Amino acid sequence: MKKLGQKIFGWIDERVHMDDLLEFMGKKYVPINSHSIWYYFGGVSLFLFLIQVITGIMLLLYYKGSEELAYESIQFIMSKVEFGWLVRSIHSWAANLFVLAAMIHMFSVYFTKSYRKPREITWLTGMLMFFLALAFGFSGYLLPWNELSFFATKVGTDIVGVLPLVGKPMLEFLRSGEDVTGATLSRFFGFHVAVFPGIFTVLLGIHLLLVQRQGMSEPLGHEGAAHDEEKRMPFFPNFILRDLLLWLLILNLIALLAVFFPWELGQKADLFAAAPAGIKPEWYFLFMFQTLKYLPAQILFVDGELVGILFFGLAGLLWTLVPFWDRKSSRGERNHLVNYLGLGAVLYIILLTILGWLA
Amino acid sequence: MSEPPSIPPSESKRDFLKVLLGGSLVAWVGAILYPVVAYLRPPKQPEVEVTSVTVGPLESLEKGSGTIVRFGNKPVLVIRLDSGEVRAFGATCTHLDCTVQYRHDMGVVWCACHNGKYDLSGKNIEGPPPRPLDVYRVIIQGDEVLVAQNT
Repeated sequence: MKKLGQKIFGWIDERVHMDDLLEFMGKKYVPINSHSIWYYFGGVSLFLFLIQVITGIMLLLYYKGSEELAYESIQFIMSKVEFGWLVRSIHSWAANLFVLAAMIHMFSVYFTKSYRKPREITWLTGMLMFFLALAFGFSGYLLPWNELSFFATKVGTDIVGVLPLVGKPMLEFLRSGEDVTGATLSRFFGFHVAVFPGIFTVLLGIHLLLVQRQGMSEPLGHEGAAHDEEKRMPFFPNFILRDLLLWLLILNLIALLAVFFPWELGQKADLFAAAPAGIKPEWYFLFMFQTLKYLPAQILFVDGELVGILFFGLAGLLWTLVPFWDRKSSRGERNHLVNYLGLGAVLYIILLTILGWLA
Repeated sequence: MSEPPSIPPSESKRDFLKVLLGGSLVAWVGAILYPVVAYLRPPKQPEVEVTSVTVGPLESLEKGSGTIVRFGNKPVLVIRLDSGEVRAFGATCTHLDCTVQYRHDMGVVWCACHNGKYDLSGKNIEGPPPRPLDVYRVIIQGDEVLVAQNT
């Protein structure tokens, strides 16, 4: 058996020169410092994404993306298909944990300033993937075609329509018409299972390639892994094995959540019913939702929601471009402003999320 | 021997080709993009022009309650006040497109999405809604309640 394995390896090696790759893998290391724990969250996000791909493809075998059949097909998956309830529940739970892991990954990179030169492209691709993760969440939320998802989509797309000039065409593009209908469902289905995964895969490829090529970033003031063997561990096998152990734990956690807290399906969407009391979006949109509730109808002659949307848009843009305006960190100096802004953002998000939760 | 022209003929020929090729390229890209963009824009569905709909017999509307009826492809909220008077409003919240409901306990028209409130004449009185609800005309023909567009 071992001989056969060696033979196959030899056959491939002769053609593609695996030794270079193995040498590279052997030299790769992960720095050990007081912030090392954050290195795991990128891998965790990746693992959760892979779960989404696998369970997503499984759901795709039974799901029907139309107004008449979407809700019923998920009912079918959950009640008739063997383990269908489990697959759907895992897909929903892993989606939420994916956003959470990506969020932790993003904030840890932000606060350790790992986006600084030369890793600007890694940060940018990461931020784009994060926005895509939210888009995945938003589009996937509609697919069961239930009451909550119907109104969430109405509100979410109407927010886009508030934008001056581009708003209306964008709204009609997203909704496939003026209103949220079965045509919107078909469109979101296409985005969710084809457009977004395609773009995400390209970005992920670039992101991972850069991480491999440039190695792990060390936080300012914790450098030295390159020269000190005590301050690093080999990527293969030491780090990879720790990573895999964590993945295993997370898979168990998801299984427990999916079994003991199965994801509900709710009521089928009725286009001519009032929005139900207590309606709320997914937790990761809650802080923006809650902000919209507090904004008055008009702020200085401008519609309140437009002010809110422009504020979040601008904040998101500034956040995404942090490697380009934070020059201090790239020079190896401390930049307290970045920390205060980040801390402010985190506190705001946590506070508004709690308020939204309690409301 | 005459002076050579300031622009050699080959230059102007090159410029001509540049314009020709550049223009063709732009036209080619346009010819590809136009159908793609046009395809992404949903076609206008023919809509049946609705001017009025029948809600039902007056006694089917309980005093102090509201119901949503289908007006073409828009929801319309029909309310019967405690006094017995019937009023109708477009049920689409002017804030972010949710569907509103009549809350007898609060004495207002309420939107569950962002806690917007309208009084019983459709005026936005609290929360984020920027404009009042559309008002519909209520016609009572014998015992039948009809709702019509306000002209």
